[in-house]
Amino acid sequence: MDKFNTIISNAIPLDRSNVDTDAIIPKQFLKSIKRSGFGPNLFDEWRYLDHGEPGMDNSKRKINPDFVLNKIEYTDSQILLTRENFGCGSSREHAPWALLDHGIKVILAESFADIFYNNCFKNGILPIFLKKNEINKLFNSITDTPDLQLQINLSEQKIYLGDDSFTDFEIDPFKKHCLLNGLDEIGLTLEQSHEIKNFEISYFKKNPWLVKQKV
Amino acid sequence: MAKTLFEKVFDQHVVSQKNDTFLVYIDRHLIHEVTSPQAFEGLKLSKRKLWRKESIVAVPDHNVPTTKREEGIVDPVSRTQVETLDKNCKEHSLLQFDMRDQRQGIVHVIGPEQGLTLPGMTIVCGDSHTSTHGAFGSLAMGIGTSEVEHVMATQCLILKKFKTLKVDVSGKCHPLVTAKDIALYIIGQIGTAGGTGYAIEFTGEAIRNLTMEGRMTLCNMAIEAGARSGMVAVDQTTIDYLKDKPFAPQESLWELAVEKWKTLHSDNDAVFDKEINLIAENIEPQVTWGTSPEMVAGISQSIPDSESISDNRKGDFIRALKYMDLNEKTAIVDIKLDKIFIGSCTNSRIEDLRDAAKVLKGKKIHDSIKLAIAVPGSGIVKKQAEFEGLDKIFIDAGFEWRDPGCSMCLAMNADRLEDGERCASTSNRNFEGRQGKGGRTHLVSPAMAAAASIYGKFIDIRNEING
Ligand code: SF4
Repeated sequence: MDKFNTIISNAIPLDRSNVDTDAIIPKQFLKSIKRSGFGPNLFDEWRYLDHGEPGMDNSKRKINPDFVLNKIEYTDSQILLTRENFGCGSSREHAPWALLDHGIKVILAESFADIFYNNCFKNGILPIFLKKNEINKLFNSITDTPDLQLQINLSEQKIYLGDDSFTDFEIDPFKKHCLLNGLDEIGLTLEQSHEIKNFEISYFKKNPWLVKQKV
Repeated sequence: MAKTLFEKVFDQHVVSQKNDTFLVYIDRHLIHEVTSPQAFEGLKLSKRKLWRKESIVAVPDHNVPTTKREEGIVDPVSRTQVETLDKNCKEHSLLQFDMRDQRQGIVHVIGPEQGLTLPGMTIVCGDSHTSTHGAFGSLAMGIGTSEVEHVMATQCLILKKFKTLKVDVSGKCHPLVTAKDIALYIIGQIGTAGGTGYAIEFTGEAIRNLTMEGRMTLCNMAIEAGARSGMVAVDQTTIDYLKDKPFAPQESLWELAVEKWKTLHSDNDAVFDKEINLIAENIEPQVTWGTSPEMVAGISQSIPDSESISDNRKGDFIRALKYMDLNEKTAIVDIKLDKIFIGSCTNSRIEDLRDAAKVLKGKKIHDSIKLAIAVPGSGIVKKQAEFEGLDKIFIDAGFEWRDPGCSMCLAMNADRLEDGERCASTSNRNFEGRQGKGGRTHLVSPAMAAAASIYGKFIDIRNEING
């Protein structure tokens, strides 16, 4: 995983609540056995006017000019601004993969669905909870000035709006550490192999019916 | 110290702890074809081994066809996914119920059915509806593909303790009000984010009276209330269900296990972070009218008046009604339907099919219904239903009787809604496009879906049908 550096970008205002993972990446694109290549189909049903299927040439499809992701000023944005309960629905990690593939590194929302929130960190995306009034303020500022630059500084846990400090944000210290250093969680857990093996010995002694099931 | 059921199960699986972060041991890992290929690939790339192969059970379900299975999968991309699962299972010698195995079915149906889901276990699957297995007093969680890989390699998950929420439903439900209605009613009350961060434990007389199948339906829908897990304490109903299931412990091990399982309930004076009390008598058969499971109403009610919607939700309300092509204040019984889907991990078990068949017996589906399908949750459910003659009732009424799989729950295979079609569905998500682009989904119980197929619209089964 890449190390997470400070992000400076304008933000895409996706003014909806309860954006679910089916909307983020529709199921017909889940048939891939790879982790990459989902970006062009991010928000497919909102982004294009026709029905998308895997293998289509997306550059030839009719885009929906009203959908915010298609506006010229947001083509290179790395920040997504949205409202409550973002990422609800299925546990598919294809959702963060699609966001990342499109170039999104930070999501600002009032709240996130639990599984999605976790999945973001595993893929180097930083999801940030903000208060309702802060989210409202950002939507208002962006509507007035679409190319307003936000700076997301993870080590300071601060967001800057233009040159001004906007707010601080919370993040679990371990998740922050992993993001900043691009650490692989599996490797970290395997450092505890010894503890896991010891746990198994006493656990299976107490729960012998779990030891081996006939197959 | 008094503990909740969640705390009991969680604490018994803690390998190590650092501040508020725990390394938690996982007993059972269910995998399917959609969320596992990238995990196997990741393992291979980093040259890591599977920690405990016996913990893994694999089954293809999302992409499998529900007709003409012997001809294989037509869509090449779906086929690749299923073949990749076959290949990975073979390579690592994992237990798999493949597409031709009679035990194949939806992952959340086959786990309990085979006795692979046991009380007190920690259970994970790369699928959000893993919460289903909490019906057995286990801690069951949906995880993403990175976590699938993490569990494969380490047999553990890194977790924080969830907060605990007790949802108590006291009293007795009307005989035609099912676990599905209880689940939708709860979501209507607390909202789709009401359970976020919590493990929900369902308690109270109405819950105790549910069969295991009903409890599975309820815990299945806990995720739609935003919770990571839903749980129900172990009681005699749980134990009776598991007795003699193929993979359940036998003989002396069974005795030992039962003794332990009987401790899997919250202590009397256990403290929950939050409690909600509901009354069973207030629950009518439920129908969702919008594009989120919380947009739900009782069958005797109407779609809300926009005046009653708070300002910050008005946009979602208007968008949902536009998508659903419905108007505010429309009575639920005035909603007409094009298709009927009975199936999914929420409602495709034998009891669900029995509930629907009871309503359908001797009746025909309405002329306006273009397609009605019944998709059993597993090959075993299908066989049992055919043994009881339920397939004939469905077919005589005008339903198609299919092979097991996820089918039109998420329309990843060929079963789907066309643009603008309206469906009464026993599945769990009514999101935009979930059952096909432009498709409109109303979530209901199996009996309500069956009744809707006869009348071509929703009806109050309490008035029209004898319980
Ligand atoms: S039936 Fe539907 S909800 Fe259940 S596992 Fe399959 S796709 Fe997911």
